Amino acid sequence: MVAQNVIDQLNERALRIREHIVYDLIGVGKVGHLGGSCSSAEIVAALYFHKMKHDPANPGMRDRDRFLLSKGHAALVQYAALAEAGYFPKEELKKVKSLGAMLQGHPDMTRTPGIEANTGSLGQGLSIAGGMALGLRIDGIASKVYVLIGDGELAEGQIWEAAMSAAYYKLDNLVAIVDRNNLQATGPICERFDTNPVSPKWAAFGWEVIEIDGHDIGAILSALEQADKIKGKPTVVIAQTVKGKCISFAEHNPAFHNGSMTPEQLEIAKADLLRLRRETV
Amino acid sequence: MTKNLRQAYGEALVELGRDNPSIVVLEADLGKSTMSILFQNAYPERYFEMGIAEQNMASTAAGLALTGKIPFINSFAVFSTGRCYDQIRQTISIASLNVNICGSSAGLSDFGDGSTHQSVEDVALMRAIPHMTVLVPVDANETRQMVRAMASIPGPSYIRINRADLPLLTDEGEEFRLGAPRVMRQGSDAVVFANGVMVSKALEAADSLKYDGISVKVVNVSTVKPLNREAIIQLIQGCTVAVVAEEHSLIGGLGSAISEALAGMRNVALGFVGIDDLFGTSASNYEELLVYYGLTAEAIKDRVHKMVNQEAKA
Repeated sequence: MVAQNVIDQLNERALRIREHIVYDLIGVGKVGHLGGSCSSAEIVAALYFHKMKHDPANPGMRDRDRFLLSKGHAALVQYAALAEAGYFPKEELKKVKSLGAMLQGHPDMTRTPGIEANTGSLGQGLSIAGGMALGLRIDGIASKVYVLIGDGELAEGQIWEAAMSAAYYKLDNLVAIVDRNNLQATGPICERFDTNPVSPKWAAFGWEVIEIDGHDIGAILSALEQADKIKGKPTVVIAQTVKGKCISFAEHNPAFHNGSMTPEQLEIAKADLLRLRRETV
Repeated sequence: MTKNLRQAYGEALVELGRDNPSIVVLEADLGKSTMSILFQNAYPERYFEMGIAEQNMASTAAGLALTGKIPFINSFAVFSTGRCYDQIRQTISIASLNVNICGSSAGLSDFGDGSTHQSVEDVALMRAIPHMTVLVPVDANETRQMVRAMASIPGPSYIRINRADLPLLTDEGEEFRLGAPRVMRQGSDAVVFANGVMVSKALEAADSLKYDGISVKVVNVSTVKPLNREAIIQLIQGCTVAVVAEEHSLIGGLGSAISEALAGMRNVALGFVGIDDLFGTSASNYEELLVYYGLTAEAIKDRVHKMVNQEAKA
């Protein structure tokens, strides 16, 4: 069981991540991947602010745990978390995607402290994570590699090449998390290129599968603890989530896969977050 | 005397692996052909069979590089560049990771397998990617030197390995210098820039042209990228004709690189010997294919001859 105060703290971190996304990273007229960033806020908060061993003052620390955002378009959630953790000043958030910015449209390790790889061409993050897990094992470093994958991204063939490879090489230091928000850019995944059934596929590919509510901090932490105990194979956490979670007009709304807010919508988003802030305090 | 480039490549990997424990080798089920199998035999714990899944192989190599390893990924040139182009571009090259790509059985050298397995545009693909180094060894000795260099060149590198035994044209002890075109034969009327199998064809053409009173300089441009523009211009000094010969499409390879380097230069007529925007095809031997696509000493000779005569008339 995870202590309630830990859960409360992490929920507060997830709220702060969403506040950064709405106030600093998107705003009126600015286009951003609101939906897929908000669906993974709790997962990212749980990793950066509790589960992972890492040091913002020493991003290259040899035995750090690694986090890769294979669904790189949701960079906003990672930028918010990295700024909160202290990898770079929060002022950088407002400059996102501008010319010369530290924060690019997709994660770029050459510019942003705390980013582990260049991701965003969908389907590649799991392979990169597998290579890292292999490299860490060669060096006898007991760190873990976490990689967040979108459920739409599961249509990429390379995901399944990587899934086979990680199972073949028994990478028990690798944990994939599928942000299963059921929507892709143009609408419901099940009405487009259905990637279901998800869990049986991973199980058939030789992975330990854990299904959770991806907005339940306690469940996320328990799943990650459970993954630590699995030996001889990689673990995938299938996290059921809501795209646009906590922003009322964006929830389950494909328009906010990569959209901008009107002034009215920004006011509603702020009101949604204020209400949550009052409930949290 | 000839020697096999694939054999030299495999042996070079083993040598490199002996000196540098960071070297890791990934293969996509062609180890017996690329000769990465030699590394597998020597250092099985640093060799990873990735199955017939080149895209995962390339991105896995990126992950290994991010933990401080120096990976070499292997397949036929057509697959190691084309099949995983996006993986090479997005993760390996944007971040400038030291991942080394072997394009084996390159060009038309896999003569029997036909167009699907023959790479006529691999150099163009790799050359277009920022941060990428592109190497086309002329013989087994240069292959060996290049493999060693690739491990220490920052960022990604591509090496194009011919399947055939090729004449030994360089000395074993000679040090490979990145970006340094190497004069194989001095001459004063025309210069032929070539790489890979076409260097020996160019030397043959130069021998033959001597009897026609035409003095031809032959230059091995085994570093296609970064191309040393100043060195290329320097080598042309005094000649009015330059011909580029390569076993590659005329689009995007060495010919293109040299034209770009010479853009705006007057008093030099530039000609090309290469594959004229065509795919490969099956044949019963390599030489037959080279003749079919006009990649011969005769073709270089004719081109130089015509251009020198035209320049004389002009």
